[in-house]
Amino acid sequence: MYALLVLAALFFLVPVYLLVATALKSPDDINLSTTWHWPAALNWASFSDAWSKIGGNVLNSLFLAVTATLFSALLGSLNGYALSKWKFRGANTLFALMLFGMFIPYQAVLIPLFQFIKSLGLYGSIWGLILAHVVYGIPITTLIFRNFYADVPDALIEAATIDGAGFWQIYGRVIFPISIPGFVVVIIWQFTQVWNEFLFAATLTNTTSQPVTYALSQLAGGQAVSWNLPMAGAILAALPTLLVYILLGRYFVRGLLAGSVKG
Amino acid sequence: MKGLSKDRLWSIAVLTPSIILIAVFVYGFIARSVYVSMTDWGNDPAQALALNPIIRFTGFANYQDLFTGFLQGRFRQELVSTIFFTLFFILGCLGLGLGLALILDRNPRGEGLWRTIFLFPMSLSFIVTGTIWRWMLQPQGGLNQAPTLFGAQPSTFAWLSSTDAIWKFDWNKLPLLTASVVGLVLVVMAVRAARSGDRTRTLVAGGCAALLFLWALIIGPNIKMLPAPELHGFNFALIGIIIAAVWQMSGYTMALYLAGLRGIPEELREAAKVDGANDLGMYQHVIFPLLAPITLSAMIVLGHISLKIFDLVYAMAGPDNINTSVPALNMYLTSFRQNQFALGAAIGTILLILVAFVIVPYLSSQFRTEEGHA
Repeated sequence: MYALLVLAALFFLVPVYLLVATALKSPDDINLSTTWHWPAALNWASFSDAWSKIGGNVLNSLFLAVTATLFSALLGSLNGYALSKWKFRGANTLFALMLFGMFIPYQAVLIPLFQFIKSLGLYGSIWGLILAHVVYGIPITTLIFRNFYADVPDALIEAATIDGAGFWQIYGRVIFPISIPGFVVVIIWQFTQVWNEFLFAATLTNTTSQPVTYALSQLAGGQAVSWNLPMAGAILAALPTLLVYILLGRYFVRGLLAGSVKG
Repeated sequence: MKGLSKDRLWSIAVLTPSIILIAVFVYGFIARSVYVSMTDWGNDPAQALALNPIIRFTGFANYQDLFTGFLQGRFRQELVSTIFFTLFFILGCLGLGLGLALILDRNPRGEGLWRTIFLFPMSLSFIVTGTIWRWMLQPQGGLNQAPTLFGAQPSTFAWLSSTDAIWKFDWNKLPLLTASVVGLVLVVMAVRAARSGDRTRTLVAGGCAALLFLWALIIGPNIKMLPAPELHGFNFALIGIIIAAVWQMSGYTMALYLAGLRGIPEELREAAKVDGANDLGMYQHVIFPLLAPITLSAMIVLGHISLKIFDLVYAMAGPDNINTSVPALNMYLTSFRQNQFALGAAIGTILLILVAFVIVPYLSSQFRTEEGHA
């Protein structure tokens, strides 16, 4: 059993070893035949070089992911509350129609989206990208909050109604205060998704507003690059979501499981 | 409660912005894309980026071009590639994920650490994964150098650039092949309906299958899609990308299966043991049947991810590698590099149809059972 586990762990960790080893080599040390060797001298300059190339994009991504995530979480929480606690006829059908938006290939809406963002004058600005992420995030954030609120007993709501509380009082005094775990799940999920997204990043932005995924793909795409640079860049681009995962893994997994629709 | 209280109006008011946004950004934009795909926008480069381009309605011409046009062989290969990719990607993730979950379910020491190791690639973007694996699969480096660690000769497998392919078939046989596959599915449906005693369903499914087979045998062979045979198959260059994709996503299936295994009540296992089931028998008759719905969920989620995948390919093999390309990548290049918007919209629409085949039955069945409970 442990032999199998070690074997599997090797499969998952070997790429990390090569990533770190290559990022720490100086360009002259990078040689295809010594790929596997740990660098004789550690060269931390790769990271500052990579930062000077894509640091601005990392900051773009940070602003984008934080802003889009906050809007998404708030919208999702209100939607989830309305859908799970104030059910009306056809609510489930409406929700299913909403969910479909989570699965569509964005290629099927990309051209109109591009035109729309352009006509708003938001092409090349990070706000156009934020808009896209918030809108296409509605299905998943609504889904996670709807499932989360489904576990809140309806008796709680009824008691509050009897006390004379209305829609907003119940949200503000009963639902919102107990929503922290729900918010953590949604925030982690959306932050990771927005940070890692590539298609919108590549089509809706220009050089000044590009997020890090696009910048990294350009950094790694050239033929004559020295590989320490894209490897250091990959580490920079991976670090924020990796940290979130390592520190808050439990909630990350919960979001993951919620994403598989099972209500 | 009253039918339309103030609170109920508030709940509808809260949902309205989202409903409008989804209606416009999802359904409105899909409709617009389908319309664009039936025009000639961008087929004439001079008109593509004009402020007020002259756009003519051309019906299904772009689709016909993609499936039978002389210049669109790349798209046809991509369509085949994406099917093979999806197949192996799902099999890989399910197999590895289930294996890991079964081991972790036996509570090995340091379980949390193992889980962390198997799941961490999920937090990375496909661009990061692709960048790392691009380096690992360099023609003379990375994995190909691994045998030298044990004193062997380096391997020479052309990971991302191989032009070899297996299971090739002539594109002209596509009607026959599609009809056979759909027909087989219908036969399976008919047999299942017959077993559950649903006579109308059996007859309808069986009849449709018979008609399809007849059509495929009599009319199918006479449809000439292309003037000359054109072979498409499973390109070896895809293998590396499939491995990287499995590396990234199998932690997800592991998490799903593990949650499922932990959800199986202990009494059920005890009961099976009391009934004299050995380990193998218990897995076969108790545990695996209970995991079947999870497998289906995972297949749906992985399937739609895989049909849409393109950032991993972009980062690993570059946008211009025909052997590894997929429709989702082609759509991006066609629309935003070559400015052939109508053709791009057509590819996007085909992708949507592929994904809808996977998603729509799933969503509708999920919500039908839920409405039934409510």
